[in-house]
Amino acid sequence: MCLGIPGQITEIIDADNLLAKVDVGGVRREVNIACIVDDEHPAASCVGDWVLVHVGFAMSRLDEEEAARTLALLAELGDMQAELDMMRRMEGQA
Amino acid sequence: MKYIDEFRDPAKAKKLVEEIHKLASGMFPSTPLRERTSPVAERSRSQRSRREHTRSQPLQIMEFCGGHTHTLFKYGIESMLPDTIEMVHGPGCPVCVLPMARVDDCVAIAEQPGVIFTTFGDAMRVPGTRKSLLQAKADGCDVRMVYSPMDALAIARKNPDREVVFFALGFETTMPSTALTLLQAHREGLKNFSLFCNHITTPATMRAILTDPDLRLDGFLAPGHVSMVIGAQPYDFVTRDYHKPLVITGFEPLDILQALWMLVKQIAEGRCEVENQYARIVPQAGNTAGLNAIHEVYETREHSEFRGLGNIGDAGIQIREAYAAYDAEKKFGIPFDAAPFDSAQGAGSLKCAEVLRGVMKPWDCPAFGKECNPQMPLGALMVSPEGSCAAYYAYGKLAKRS
Repeated sequence: MCLGIPGQITEIIDADNLLAKVDVGGVRREVNIACIVDDEHPAASCVGDWVLVHVGFAMSRLDEEEAARTLALLAELGDMQAELDMMRRMEGQA
Repeated sequence: MKYIDEFRDPAKAKKLVEEIHKLASGMFPSTPLRERTSPVAERSRSQRSRREHTRSQPLQIMEFCGGHTHTLFKYGIESMLPDTIEMVHGPGCPVCVLPMARVDDCVAIAEQPGVIFTTFGDAMRVPGTRKSLLQAKADGCDVRMVYSPMDALAIARKNPDREVVFFALGFETTMPSTALTLLQAHREGLKNFSLFCNHITTPATMRAILTDPDLRLDGFLAPGHVSMVIGAQPYDFVTRDYHKPLVITGFEPLDILQALWMLVKQIAEGRCEVENQYARIVPQAGNTAGLNAIHEVYETREHSEFRGLGNIGDAGIQIREAYAAYDAEKKFGIPFDAAPFDSAQGAGSLKCAEVLRGVMKPWDCPAFGKECNPQMPLGALMVSPEGSCAAYYAYGKLAKRS
């Protein structure tokens, strides 16, 4: 009930009642988009957006910049670790 | 699917695990834990701890959310962690904390003539003192499992001569969906739809945990999808009043590992902050439209009870008077006070309360894996896959690790 699943909005079915069709892993379902529509994001502009769907409601727009930032940080951590390991190895040899 | 594989990358997970081990080994002296319990060592360590943040007892970190418990087990994350970090599984499974008497109320409503009782699948097998909803269905009640409260509304439209009740359950993650569904019913003027409201709020539940004298927690992993609705600010009291660091996190293995790394880093550096690892989904201010719907429809209950925690003060939620026409409690005359904290009738040997509060492991309960198992759950923690007993059972942790 709490996990949710990412999907992509494919069309707006009913702009007044804020209903859209969302493709969730190949399954298409009617989803309520009231929680992700605001002045900045009117219903019509939501087609193509990736959203997290919970119990038939799109609850959050996936922030791709933030996702990229988190992944970059994790990658950096890996690189830094490799570099430190290398430094340590070199130190042992000196 | 978007951002799922990326957050399951084993190479990145390995690096995070190494970083966590490094941080932990910096906090704990190198000798094994069990050899460091002499009073002399204890004294010198307590002097040292103020200076260098070294510690004697393992760090206890509570993952509040049942979804996180599930990820921990599914990916075997606990076995990757150093022995100096202990995960405490929190009560963040709405099905698991539902008092038995509330299930009895559901059954009582479902037994009324003309009622179609609709519910999320998770709640079907939760035992009541009389029976579960699944048993009520087998006995002839019209109980239907739905994916969304909107599906319940569709059933109400199709069956104008029947009373359709939706079992509104869950923390803040599901509250906007039930509130928006009620508002939609109101707009359409539907007279045969109501909610049986059993929502609960996360910060108030956390406060109840933090005031438990038996608990010795060092920090929290906070639920990602609750936070997506409420934002980061409602957790400020955890760091400010209780001095426990907290990291909001997602549900993929890398999310959890990164959050653990952030949390242990806070502790190692002597910081105590609310941090957000899950910024790709959780905006700092939460979801405005969702919060507006919640505030429009719901208000705090004065007094509520949790299975396992007893009185949780103001964590319960009820429907505002303005929408009383959609409140199943009022429609069917269910007095909320008639649902007191249950003593798990007929299940005297169960240790649900201790497990739920994190002071006992599931395998310490005499009924665990024996008369209480996922096929025939006696306690609610065995019912939902998010419950810690069901997770321990499913992933084979039937006894203490040696």
